[in-house]
Amino acid sequence: MHMADALLSPAVGGTMWTVSGGLLAYSAEKVREEADDRKVPLMGVLGAFIFAAQMINFTIPATGSSGHMGGGMILAILLGPWSAFLVMASVLTVQALFFADGGLLALGCNIFNLGFFTCFVAYPLIYKKIAGDSLNGRRIMLGATLAGIVGLQLGAFGVVVQTLASGISELPFKTFVMLMQPIHLAIGLVEGLVTAGVVSFILKARPEILAAATERKPIGVSVKGALAGLGAAAVLTGAALSWFASANPDGLEWAMLRTSGKEELESGAKVHGLLASLQEKTSFLPDYGFKKAEAAPEPAAEEGGTQAAPEAEEQAPWPAVDAGTSVAGLVGGLLTLALAGLIGFALRRRNAAA
Amino acid sequence: MGQLAQNLTDIGYMDTLAADSTPLHRLDPRAKLLTTALFIVAVVSFGKYEVSALLPFLLYPVYLAAQGRLPVGYLLKKVLLVSPFAVVVGIFNPFLDSGVLLRVGDFGVSGGWVSFASILLRFFLTVSAALLLLALTGMNSICEALLRLGVPRTFVVQLLFLNRYLFSLTAEAESMSRARALRSAGRGCMGFGVFIQILGHLLLKTLDRAERVYRAMLCRGFDGHIRVARFSNIGRPELLFCGAWTALFLVFRFVNLPVALGQAVTGLLK
Repeated sequence: MHMADALLSPAVGGTMWTVSGGLLAYSAEKVREEADDRKVPLMGVLGAFIFAAQMINFTIPATGSSGHMGGGMILAILLGPWSAFLVMASVLTVQALFFADGGLLALGCNIFNLGFFTCFVAYPLIYKKIAGDSLNGRRIMLGATLAGIVGLQLGAFGVVVQTLASGISELPFKTFVMLMQPIHLAIGLVEGLVTAGVVSFILKARPEILAAATERKPIGVSVKGALAGLGAAAVLTGAALSWFASANPDGLEWAMLRTSGKEELESGAKVHGLLASLQEKTSFLPDYGFKKAEAAPEPAAEEGGTQAAPEAEEQAPWPAVDAGTSVAGLVGGLLTLALAGLIGFALRRRNAAA
Repeated sequence: MGQLAQNLTDIGYMDTLAADSTPLHRLDPRAKLLTTALFIVAVVSFGKYEVSALLPFLLYPVYLAAQGRLPVGYLLKKVLLVSPFAVVVGIFNPFLDSGVLLRVGDFGVSGGWVSFASILLRFFLTVSAALLLLALTGMNSICEALLRLGVPRTFVVQLLFLNRYLFSLTAEAESMSRARALRSAGRGCMGFGVFIQILGHLLLKTLDRAERVYRAMLCRGFDGHIRVARFSNIGRPELLFCGAWTALFLVFRFVNLPVALGQAVTGLLK
């Protein structure tokens, strides 16, 4: 479920980078304020644990498929949300670099989808509310499972919104949501059960670890202030990037979109602002941010998508539309490929000779 | 199990590649990081039906791989094996967007196929650029660059620690799951219960290790402040590298070279 560079527009990628970068800086500041020396190696080694644990697969009963752990919730329970967010971000960064999971531009999205929702929404609003500070096995079980499910559902929804706002994929909102959410319900359930299992294991084997974790945590995860700032940053970046894009004579991507780029982006920025104040405004979600996005792809989908091409022709004269340029594009493209290969080959020969 | 060991060797191999010393390896990591970032932004900034104009961007990964003496086959395999989320989402485009966008003679290609091709090309370009950056720079130097570019120290230190202990803990995880495999002859798959036990023990071992690491750091005079070594500086080669590629990216971005080339060639043939 890692978001990928190939599906992103620079505006969405940049906005999410800004948001995640802001969260990262804020979390780093919070962790620094805690001034707990012991946490420096602890966070590092726990990050490596998540990494290693993700490589162990187990068989999901009755399905034959295999699952592994995401790990954000375990980190939040052991370290508190700020440190957990930093560790999660570092794990995702290393994955983006070593395994090219997602990509560098999509890193902002991935940190937000997998880190933010788990550490700052699911953990304080679900796990904490259910499990509290008591070390009650059953409550921890329930809280961890539910938080795992909700965290992943929100993350999957984030992927949908970001993909949609980028406009590279043709999937309409409804279909995409119907594809993503049920799959991630199953994955989230597994994730939740694994988290619950591991935390219960630790509770039985070394209860003092969890007790220390609850004590050490700075109480009161006051995300509201930070979120307001982040929402503002997101709107600003979104607006700035959309201005840049629409001022660009080439009309980057959104000229090709069915709705004008500005609307698309504003709805994207609104979504981020919305998610930020999710706790109060959940009920506004359907008719505030998504009607537009949902309404836009629908008619096109009903009319069989043929609408898209002529409309696009009207909006932006694309070089590839008329037959002459098509042939030229193909010929030139093949030549470019051959040329690139040749250059690589020549460089390699020269290096080998040197 | 085999997969785990494979992952471990993979990570180690990327570090081995980064330890080489070509002019590209010796460039200041900041130059490579910023140029790669610019490359990715330029690539994804194209409209979704763009294919031909993306092709010249292949020059960047090709140049890096060739000039950095990197094993092309190995890296290609890594790119192709990467998680296929983009491909899975992109494959819907041909079904949803059937308006004809491209005509070659009587043969029409629908917009969906064009945008799918564009997604595949973007995928290849961005993923290979990220892998090449790592293979040419190495994690430690990337962290140094991040710190000097203003990323919070806490996060950079976290990355450095993660990179350092990744190997130890993955090796630990591998030996645990190998031990399980050897004791459960014939039953290849790991059940949920055993999985939780293994993870739990791995976590306990991890926490103990963190404690040992902390004591070892204290013994060596740790004062709560981690210092990151700085090795390189921005000089002429860095400016040349950044400047030349920025200029090329701008040209590639705003001039459709393949179409111009194709027009010239087809014009000549006529």
